[in-house]
Amino acid sequence: MSTGLEREPSVEVTEGDLEALIGDRALARDDHLNAPGFVIRPDDVQDVLTDLRDEAGFDHLANLTAQQYPDRYESIYHLRKYADPTQEVSIVVPTTTDEPVSQTAEPVFRTADWHEREAFDLVGIDYEGHPDPRRILLPETWQGHPLSEGYDQEKPQLVTLTEHANPVQPDHHDDESDTMFLNIGPHHPATHGVLHIETVLDGETVVDVDPDIGYLHRCEEQMCQNGTYRHQIMPYPDRWDYVSAGLLNEWAYARTAEDLADIDVPEYAQVIRTMGAELCRIASHMLALATFALDVYGDFTAIFQYGMRDREVVQDILEDLTGQRLMFNYFRLGGVAWDLPEPREEFIEKTRDFLDGLPAKVDEYHDLLTANEIFQIRTHDTGILEPEVAKQYGCTGPVARGSGIDYDIRRDDPYGYYDNLEWDVVTEDGCDNYSRVLVRMQEVEESAKIIEQCLDLLEDWPEDERTVQSNVPRTLKPDADTEIYRSVEGAKGELGIYIRADGTDKPGRFKIRSPCFHNLSALPELSEGEYVPDLIASLGSLDIVLGEVDR
Amino acid sequence: MSSEQPRQQIYDSTAPSTDTRDSRIGEGADDRFNSKLREAFGSTPFILTKFDKFMNWVRGNSMFMLQFGIACCSIEMMHTYAIKHDLDRFGAGVPRASPRQADVMIVPGTIVSKFGPRMKRVYDQMPEPKFVVGMGSCTISGGPFQEGYNVVKGAEEIIPIDIHVPGCPPRPEALVYGIAKLQERIRNGESTPVVVKPYELEEFGDLPKDELVQKLADDIDEEDLVMRYNWADSP
Repeated sequence: MSTGLEREPSVEVTEGDLEALIGDRALARDDHLNAPGFVIRPDDVQDVLTDLRDEAGFDHLANLTAQQYPDRYESIYHLRKYADPTQEVSIVVPTTTDEPVSQTAEPVFRTADWHEREAFDLVGIDYEGHPDPRRILLPETWQGHPLSEGYDQEKPQLVTLTEHANPVQPDHHDDESDTMFLNIGPHHPATHGVLHIETVLDGETVVDVDPDIGYLHRCEEQMCQNGTYRHQIMPYPDRWDYVSAGLLNEWAYARTAEDLADIDVPEYAQVIRTMGAELCRIASHMLALATFALDVYGDFTAIFQYGMRDREVVQDILEDLTGQRLMFNYFRLGGVAWDLPEPREEFIEKTRDFLDGLPAKVDEYHDLLTANEIFQIRTHDTGILEPEVAKQYGCTGPVARGSGIDYDIRRDDPYGYYDNLEWDVVTEDGCDNYSRVLVRMQEVEESAKIIEQCLDLLEDWPEDERTVQSNVPRTLKPDADTEIYRSVEGAKGELGIYIRADGTDKPGRFKIRSPCFHNLSALPELSEGEYVPDLIASLGSLDIVLGEVDR
Repeated sequence: MSSEQPRQQIYDSTAPSTDTRDSRIGEGADDRFNSKLREAFGSTPFILTKFDKFMNWVRGNSMFMLQFGIACCSIEMMHTYAIKHDLDRFGAGVPRASPRQADVMIVPGTIVSKFGPRMKRVYDQMPEPKFVVGMGSCTISGGPFQEGYNVVKGAEEIIPIDIHVPGCPPRPEALVYGIAKLQERIRNGESTPVVVKPYELEEFGDLPKDELVQKLADDIDEEDLVMRYNWADSP
């Protein structure tokens, strides 16, 4: 179960090294709370990023934040290392308001492709040399850039309905190559929500895949920018990755805002957070498994219902703890909302009962699923994602760990109580759909280990030291122009948040780094050249949630 | 003739052989096939009712749901279909993947501008009579995302909705209750009043030539279907 892979020791790159490496290309410094920041010219982007990747080992473009100030546009490339995510650097690229053109980073990091499309779509920065400068989240016919200054959201908009032409119409056949264009989604049982995949088929082989997202773009960033730090933002993270991963998402916001405003969290609250978050991870992986079986077998009756059965138990426990089944809103800045439900013994016993039954259930899943010959034929050696490719696309979470990348924020950039507990990071190096499923199933067992240790701690915690929240001012106003990027290990991977404070009680810019967004962008790599059913299996094994992809 | 031997050819009576059945279940009619309903009818196998009333009763008791997942609420919708809550118990079970086989559409989540025309199309593809359950606050008003630049302020802006189930998300019990209420309405023959819908699919060529239409004239064909969102008129 443990990794078996040796982690390469990463060389610590000091700020001095970075200064020397970037040299004259740095126009100024713009340090963020989490990382040193360097301001560079818009035409030096590829140059600097290539050097940082090849010379200093920053191989993970974690995020790209675009924003508009009154006097300029700015793209921020948040870089970190897969080998050691605590080493971070921010590259800030300002462009003028009149001509917001910046060089594309796509040749250096493939993941910049989608990020820059999003930055163009929402903020309106043009990336010179971008291979595919289209809108990504909003419809092609949209007017204006909603997160830019002075956007009027009262103006009418037109949306077309053209993709729904009959896919077997003759005009979809290309005269020369006899391929067929096929729409999968946005209303389709296998797309896990409202994803639209434009597929070109040659016979039954997938030639080209273009995921078309944005059918659930609910303006989460705008909503968070309109909310106050203290209470109004916390309900939204629940709705990004809505597959019961609520507490994991809330933790992303809690961690970022607590670091931004320098808030301490009592140790007792950290233990409760850790336990709750791992329960959410189990619920989330159960659904991933259930729907994957649904995709691969079309099996609505056995495994899907088994998965749902186990999720019901977890949801009951979480409801006892938080008061809600799905949208918990349980974390507060500086702790959690309340202590374990009374009677404590009953809650602890109920949770222990669930954990005691879990190994048998996991065995059952292995019998039904992973040991099944049909399943193995469908998933083994399909949807190959090589580790180097995964890094290029910024894949994290079970998808990266299924490709042998030993990367887990819980261990590498510790938060909460994970540091003091005994557990392993699971990796598999099969790089295929099968490995990704295996990683999730083993992570369920690891999560169970963590919860068990947390329960032991909570049971013996002295009664007069059970502080669930620290003192936090009613109104939080972090200093203007403090910027921070922080991430946690969500159910699907590295869930990060960038916040820029502007001196008021609301964030000036709130950017969400969604793991599903990156994982989904790698879909063409997984499925091109394979059969259509393997495309469906690959999509299922990526375990995307459209709420988090589109935000 | 004894029914122990298979009858190869008919040489005496052509009446059906009933020996086996009689020996298994005894003389007389087989009441395995008689329901409570049959008992209520008494001796006559005929009932007198209005055909409409009968059809409403049938429709209310056998509803096919559309398998239609949009956002957070679809997770609770899946739990409603699955064990423990098991919507099938109420004669409203199996989700159908194709809109052409479905009677009821549960709209489980936020509708955004890009999805609006698609949802309208899926709704149009369902055969009449069709019913819609709006699940969650987003389908009522846009819910927590109401102020978003991209969010349709309620599914009713686009399609008529029979039952609203409030909650964010509603518990499975609430959805079951909502569907039970819908069945009650269908059985009573109540239909949704047709609302005037501000957002309709129209051909691009039919739109009034205002500033926006002129700007897009080069990108969109005259025959393309489009949906025009007048955000300022939304609630």
